[in-house]
Amino acid sequence: MLRLTVNGKGRSVKGHPFKRLLDVLREDFGLTGTKEGCGEGECGACTVLLDGEVANSCLIPVCQVAGRRVETVESLGTPERLSVLQRAFLADGAAQCGICTPGMLMTSWAWVRGGGSADPAAIRDLLAGNLCRCTGYQHIVDAVADAVRERKRAAPRAGRRKRRR
Amino acid sequence: MRGAPETISLIRPRSAAEAVRAFARRPEAVPLAGGTDFMVGWNAGVWNHAVVLDLSQIREWTAIKPLRRGVRVGALATHGRLLRHPLVRGRLPLLAQACAVIGGVAIQNRGTLAGNIANASPAGDTFPPLAVYEALVHTVSARGRRTVRFLEVFAGVKKTWLEPSELIEAVEVPFPRRPPARQMFRKVGTRAAQALSKTVAAGLLWRTRDGRVEELRFALGSMAPTVRRLPKVEAFVAGRKTTPAVVEQACRLLDEEVSPIDDVRSTAEYRMHVSRNLLRSFLVERA
Repeated sequence: MLRLTVNGKGRSVKGHPFKRLLDVLREDFGLTGTKEGCGEGECGACTVLLDGEVANSCLIPVCQVAGRRVETVESLGTPERLSVLQRAFLADGAAQCGICTPGMLMTSWAWVRGGGSADPAAIRDLLAGNLCRCTGYQHIVDAVADAVRERKRAAPRAGRRKRRR
Repeated sequence: MRGAPETISLIRPRSAAEAVRAFARRPEAVPLAGGTDFMVGWNAGVWNHAVVLDLSQIREWTAIKPLRRGVRVGALATHGRLLRHPLVRGRLPLLAQACAVIGGVAIQNRGTLAGNIANASPAGDTFPPLAVYEALVHTVSARGRRTVRFLEVFAGVKKTWLEPSELIEAVEVPFPRRPPARQMFRKVGTRAAQALSKTVAAGLLWRTRDGRVEELRFALGSMAPTVRRLPKVEAFVAGRKTTPAVVEQACRLLDEEVSPIDDVRSTAEYRMHVSRNLLRSFLVERA
C-alpha cells in the first residue's frame, strides 16, 4: 500500500498505483476542491502543491507521490477563517465561475508563501499555466499582489524564506 | 477513452541498476520520468495496455552535479530545478532561459531535461541551447554505458538513436571555454508561455581582438525534423566582420540548412522569415 501526506495528514491509497493523483484526491479522499479542466496539463485547474512545488495533479500517477507531501486548496482556509490569499480573491472579485480558482489559489499560494514579489508582470508570468475564461486575469493579478503586500505587512520576515514556486 | 490503470503493467525500480535490468527484460516498456508528455497521452487512453517503467524512484538520477568544466544534469532533474540552479543561471544562461519558457511553472516543476530529449520533439525549447553548448548525453543499458553527442541523439520527429532498453542517465553540459561576446536565446510562440514554439533559436558568438568573428554557434528548433546547428552559416561568418553584406549572406545560407513545414502552429514561410530575422538581429551590431 502506498502512503502520502495530504494537507498534513498521512493517507494511504488503496486503489491502483497508476490512478491519477487528481482522481485519488477527488474520489478516494473526497477532496473535490481540486478540479479537472483539460486533462492535458494546459489549464492548471488541477494544480496542487507537491513538496511545496506547483504541479498539475492530472499529470501525476499517484505512485510517483508515495512518501511525499501534497497540499490542496482545502488546506488554505475554512469559510470562517480564510487565508490572506482567499480574502484578497474575495475582495478583488478574482473569481467568477470558479473552476480555475482552486488552481489559481494554489499556484499563487506557493508564490505568496515563498515571498514572491507583488510585481504584476512577475505574477502574470507565474500564472501562465493557469487559464481563466471569465475574469480577464486583471482581478486575479490584483488579488495576488494584494495578498503579497498584506502578508509582508503582517509578517515582514516572510520574504526571507527561500522562494519556491 | 481514458487511461485505465488496470490495463498496464507497472515496473517501479528503486535504483538505476534495477531499472537497467528491468528494461533489458522488458524492452517494450515505456520509460516514465516527469510525465508531462506521457500523461497527456495517458489521459487520452493511448497508453492503455502499455508496460510502464517508472523511473521516479531512482534517487541517484536527481542530482545536478558541478563538474570542473560543466554541469552533469541527472536524468530526473527538472526544468524548474535547472532554471533556479546558480551554476546554470551563471554559466549556462541560455539553458536557464529556455527552461523558464517551457510550459508554465507546474510543467517546469515536473518535466525533466532528459525526458524531453528522449521524447525528441522537433520543438524542444532547451534543444537549441544544448546544441550550442555542445552537450553530451550519457546513456546506460545492460550492454554498458555510452556517451553520445547531443545532436546525434535525434533520428527524426519523436525518434532517437537510443537503442532498445537504453536509458539516458545524465546530460552533461560543458561551460563555454571563455565567455562569449554575445549570446542569445529566443522562443517565438503564440504566447509567451505554455505554447509550443514556431521557431526557437540559440546563439553564441566569440570575437577576435580585431573585431572579427572567431566562432559562431547558432541553432534552430521547430525548423526541421530535429534541432539544427547551422554549419554553413557558422563557417561563412567565422573570420569575417559582421558587415551588412556578411549578415545578409548568412541569412541567405540559413535557407539551405533548415526545412520548416506548415502545421497547426505556423507556416514554413513565417518560420523561415522569423528565423532569418533572429539570426540577423543576433549578428547585427547594435550601437
